[in-house]
Amino acid sequence: MIALDDLDRALLRALVADAARPAAALGRELGLSQPATWRRIKRLREAGVLAGRRLELDADAVGFGVTVFLGIKLATKGRVSLEDFERAVSAIPEVQTVAHVLGLYDYRLRVVARDLADFERVLRRRIMALPGVGDVEANVLLSEERRPGPI
Amino acid sequence: MLEDHDRAILRRLQADPSLSGAELAEMTGLSGAQVARRIERLTRDGVIKGQSAVIDWAALGFPLAVSLRITLDKTVSGGFDAFLAAAREVPEVLEIQTFLGRVDVRLSLVARDLAHYQQVYRARILSLPHIADIEALMDVASVRDERGLPL
Repeated sequence: MIALDDLDRALLRALVADAARPAAALGRELGLSQPATWRRIKRLREAGVLAGRRLELDADAVGFGVTVFLGIKLATKGRVSLEDFERAVSAIPEVQTVAHVLGLYDYRLRVVARDLADFERVLRRRIMALPGVGDVEANVLLSEERRPGPI
Repeated sequence: MLEDHDRAILRRLQADPSLSGAELAEMTGLSGAQVARRIERLTRDGVIKGQSAVIDWAALGFPLAVSLRITLDKTVSGGFDAFLAAAREVPEVLEIQTFLGRVDVRLSLVARDLAHYQQVYRARILSLPHIADIEALMDVASVRDERGLPL
């Protein structure tokens, strides 16, 4: 596993805050030369720690006013294959995240919709129609923050 | 309001945030200057909030991901804020979401292994203020991770 020093950690935190900054600017802030910054970024990328970039959009501003987390229990385990469920749920455009979980539910979904009426449509027509779907619990997202995590 | 050309640019940038202005221009049939102008406006209007690096926590030695679904004691005034402030101090916490529904807060956290999780859970999570109930869901697999908005 890759070992990180304090500069790597500072670099990771800076890239999580803004991945589009040029290496020269990052390096200046951290007291590194541009080539040294590049070497570190390359090493973190090759170790798989830097797994890509994400465009951060204001969901509200592009017309998606509602985000809902769904807990889904499969009703007929054994009869419906998990692959069938996963394939079908992944094909729904409003479903952003699908996680197979262990505990009270079998899957956690993150779903976006234009408003609550639109969410009801997605829930009834798409989610409830999935193969094997049983109990569904919906929690409407009010606020969200990402933390830097243990780096 | 978004125009079709904005949507086309955002869709492609969501799929690959590292695309250059020239590449976007070629893909959308706009000129480089038009693409630059639109991205500048979308950023100024707060539609594009920026780009963030995605960290693979498993590659950093944190392969265990757990979702904690928490219900708070709402009889205490200011309990919500006190809980959130204390949760921000736990380094292993990656995301904090608040909800309208059966669950009040979700904490997503990572750990090195089960022993580490147990230690964080006992020492840091159970001591958070005003918790009425906690359910833990362990992530088994990510079927679909953080797809962009269906623009």
